[in-house]
Amino acid sequence: MNDVVEIDWSESVHAILKAHRIEIVPTVPDGGLTNLLRRCEADKDIRVVTLSTEQDGVALAVGAWLGGVHSALMMQSSGIGNILNMLTLASQCRAPLPMLITMRGEWGEFNPWQIPMGQGGPDLLERLGVRLFRPATRDDIAPTFAAAAALSRHTGTTTATLIGQHLVGTKTFDAAGARDG
Amino acid sequence: MDSPARRDVVRSLISTRGDALLVTGLGSPAWDAGAAGDDPRNFYFWGAMGGALAAGLGLALARPDRRVIVLTGDGELMMGAGSLAVVGAQQPGNLGLLVLDNEAFGETGAQTGLSASSVDLAALALASGFREAMTAKSQTDAAAAVDLVLTAAGPVCAVVKVALEGGGYVPVPRDGVQLATRFRAALGIDTSA
Repeated sequence: MNDVVEIDWSESVHAILKAHRIEIVPTVPDGGLTNLLRRCEADKDIRVVTLSTEQDGVALAVGAWLGGVHSALMMQSSGIGNILNMLTLASQCRAPLPMLITMRGEWGEFNPWQIPMGQGGPDLLERLGVRLFRPATRDDIAPTFAAAAALSRHTGTTTATLIGQHLVGTKTFDAAGARDG
Repeated sequence: MDSPARRDVVRSLISTRGDALLVTGLGSPAWDAGAAGDDPRNFYFWGAMGGALAAGLGLALARPDRRVIVLTGDGELMMGAGSLAVVGAQQPGNLGLLVLDNEAFGETGAQTGLSASSVDLAALALASGFREAMTAKSQTDAAAAVDLVLTAAGPVCAVVKVALEGGGYVPVPRDGVQLATRFRAALGIDTSA
């Protein structure tokens, strides 16, 4: 049982990853990323690297870039707090770092513990020089991520494409059991 | 006295590195590498504590044709201890981790570190999926440690117990763009693209 609504944008975002020759996807997964991560895992040219904490993903992506390979970090908004100091590595090296972040805590959220990073996280990223991109509709997700990934690549910038809960579905908690991700 | 000196260990590592790529954690390991001789194939952290091993993993995955050595301290490794498990899961055969373990936060006043009495870093690496790990307490063991991280099928980890003394600041480049650009150029990557 999974209440994440149909994610019809995973195919087009996967195509963007291919177009940008992104070969590594470090991630602490999120429900809203399920279909996209599944596509990446099925792709023999993309290595999905499961992390213990999102900060490892920032360092891993920069290390891979030092070796000439591009990555896209995927995570939930709660991971924003975990990456803040490590963003120093990307910014000081001017390494391209596109991040795809599924949001919690901002759209009909039921879990109060998601509020601090969901509401405050984007501001924290901006203060640290991360450029934010917010697709307005599902159809807008792939083109927005494409624009962010291009900006990251060409300008050596960290970008965050923030996918709102209104696009991936709002999680609830009911008699079916704990399904919080 | 037979206990290994950090500068000797790192000099030995650098002089036998071949074409290995080196990522150092912030602070003393970077100065140690600098003392042995700065090189474009060295990438020094100057902050972002806890990220050296994960960065080394990314590099090892990107360049399976090259040996990648991560040289760091016990405090830096503990801050990113979860990355041991990520390395264990990925099993990069070309990655060697050399930990200079002085059991203290040497840069900030030698406050006691977590490896002084409780955590066994080599055991932690093994439990995380490293293929081999050892702890070196003598000069003879330290020579084996350098050999392990440079030549054994990875991921491998060598922890060398070193004295608090014997370090000290040695200037190495600290501009991240400069470090990254020269490193990538040394790998033949077109840095103008």
